[in-house]
Amino acid sequence: MDRLEASLPRVAARRAAVGGLLENRDALGWAMVAPALLLLGAFLAYPFLLGVWLSFTDSRIADPGRFVGLENFRYLVGDGVFRLAVLNTLLYAGVAVVVKFVLGFALALLVDREFRGKRFVRAAMLLPWIVPTSLSALVFYWIYDSQFSVLTWVLREVGLVDRSINYLGDPNLARASLIAANVWRGVPFFAIGLLAGLQTVPRELYEAAAMDGAGPWARFRWITWPLLVPVAVVVTVFSTIMTVGDFQLIWIVTKGGPANATHLFGTLAYQRAVQGGFLGEGAAVAVFVLPVLVACVALAYRALRRED
Amino acid sequence: MRHRSERVTRRRFLKDTARAASALALSAWGLEAGRKASDAQELTFPVERGASLRVLRWSQFVTTDRPIFEENAARFTQRTGVPVRVEYETWTDVQPKAAAAANVGSGPDIVIGFFDEPHLWADKLVPVTDLAQYLGRKYGGWFDVCPQYGYSPQRNAWIAIPIGAPGVALNYRISWVREAGFDPDPARFPKTTDEFLRLCRALKARGHPTGFALGKAVGDGNTWVHWCLWAFGGRAVAPDNRTITINSPETANALEYARALYETMIPGVAGWLDPHNNRAFLAGEISLTNNGISIYFAAKNDFPEIARDMNHAFFPVGPVGRPTELHLFSQAYIFNYTRYPNAAKEFLRWIMEDTQYGRWINGMLGYVSHPLKAYTGLAVWRADPKHLPFRDAVARMLPHSYAGRPGPEAARALAEFVIVDMFADACTGRRSVRDAIRAAEDRLRRIYRS
Repeated sequence: MDRLEASLPRVAARRAAVGGLLENRDALGWAMVAPALLLLGAFLAYPFLLGVWLSFTDSRIADPGRFVGLENFRYLVGDGVFRLAVLNTLLYAGVAVVVKFVLGFALALLVDREFRGKRFVRAAMLLPWIVPTSLSALVFYWIYDSQFSVLTWVLREVGLVDRSINYLGDPNLARASLIAANVWRGVPFFAIGLLAGLQTVPRELYEAAAMDGAGPWARFRWITWPLLVPVAVVVTVFSTIMTVGDFQLIWIVTKGGPANATHLFGTLAYQRAVQGGFLGEGAAVAVFVLPVLVACVALAYRALRRED
Repeated sequence: MRHRSERVTRRRFLKDTARAASALALSAWGLEAGRKASDAQELTFPVERGASLRVLRWSQFVTTDRPIFEENAARFTQRTGVPVRVEYETWTDVQPKAAAAANVGSGPDIVIGFFDEPHLWADKLVPVTDLAQYLGRKYGGWFDVCPQYGYSPQRNAWIAIPIGAPGVALNYRISWVREAGFDPDPARFPKTTDEFLRLCRALKARGHPTGFALGKAVGDGNTWVHWCLWAFGGRAVAPDNRTITINSPETANALEYARALYETMIPGVAGWLDPHNNRAFLAGEISLTNNGISIYFAAKNDFPEIARDMNHAFFPVGPVGRPTELHLFSQAYIFNYTRYPNAAKEFLRWIMEDTQYGRWINGMLGYVSHPLKAYTGLAVWRADPKHLPFRDAVARMLPHSYAGRPGPEAARALAEFVIVDMFADACTGRRSVRDAIRAAEDRLRRIYRS
């Protein structure tokens, strides 16, 4: 009984402390975000920082290596294969994102209209995006086969070509083929994103403009486009990030060949770090892409802020 | 005296021949090695109490592989009480998995992987010298290439047990070779690089091009370009494993030869990955390629007329005057984080013993060639004369690191397709022979310097 009485003040004090904590907005705020911060720290920040650290070491698989400063970066700048991968990435992302934007925008404008079967078309439009990338990559692997391409067969049947097309054996054709595959896969992302943006434009604005005598181009130029810009920026930035970081399509269809003509940052980093065993150099390849991605994120952040 | 000694020699010869012939006949049932077993001291490893094993290995190349392997594992469990869990990965994905295990110090106890994987994490493996020596003694010795892959000078010990080589041979259409004016009998198939080029040109002239992968084809690409490089005396690195020797007249000769060979190939090979040549051969688009026995088995199942009209031959010998083949090479190793090293060694011993190994290799229908000489008489090599060139894959091969030694540098050069890209550059004309060699030299310098 005595012990129980003695323990009561302690329990009361503990309750008061917990109550005080819950009353303190700052402390409560930190307590609420702590789980999310822990998860982000463990699964995002730590691997990211570890990757950056590895890029400054000569670490190999099963060997932590030692700090080598900028040696990996210095070497990569002088490495022909890496320079080719940089050019490939810029070309791949630059061309693919522009084409995806144009086609996606056109598609969004088309399906924004009222027509029979609109819902079905909108759902079907998403198919290339929701099909697993590895699966669509395998399909393209067959489409671009040098001997058994269905595309070549069709072109032959209609009399446009009379011999096999060397899609993946010629460097430029291989690049173009992969860009086309990426465009096919990425157009729905733009189309759906921009369509969502189009849906938010108040219809009254169009009606008012029409009453003032504005034609379709004027309505697009002065109403649709200005209101769509923030969404367009965000969608473009996200797509750029995904395109620059593309891996599966390239790896399945060409593995970076022929003779490294289609290597991107991701495939080269994987080849050198995981297959070659040189973690430091592979990490440096991946880290090289950081400035591009940081710029993209900053752009998206600004656009989102402006939208707010 | 001389006469008597000669008689004894003859008698011995006849006796040995009779013994060899009967041994060969019995080997189909795994009895040959069993007989030899009585000559060798048996070895067993005392299994730890409560042991269990995780084995990571490559996915089967042929459907009969997995059931036999698992049956062997189950019988091991029955005999020792050690449960064995077998995990499978595509053969090119075993290394990344093993790398992760090596880095974090946790994962499968045993890995059955490829090439110089064990040398990438040599200090994290259980030495298996006792087991390797025992198997070598018991089964007629290892072929020459085996210690180069299994032994680590760094550890001064065997760190892996060679399992065998999924061999690669020339696959050709019998009727088209005959039509080109050459004898399609494998024994009389072109034996020199010059004669081989003449055959390829004749095939092409008759509308039957050849096809050899020049894209990032891990197996088919690497095997034929390394054969070609070494056949002319070229090599990436000197035996000191430091001096880069790729920039040599021999390499230039190999590339010139490959360019001539490229003229006989079907368009598109520059982008070919491993499956492309299989499909082109089975579709009748090409008359000659390099491949494992898989084309033949696919043909037997689905294109019997092609199976009847195809055969296999060794790669020809180049100016260096000896076989210079490269085959995929598999070996098993044990990570030292395992709590049951003895159980792991006992498991490897078990699967390499004649009863288990013989069944397994016979069941794989010629996909994998044995590393121990006594297994040359296995039934699979006599089941079909068309299997025969695959039998000697390990006996005829050089390590991919030649003339250096397996290790991180050679692994990296192979993973980065340095030699394949050099050949692709030169053959397709993207670079001159000289520039292609220089580009490869730069890359190799970096790899071997680091």
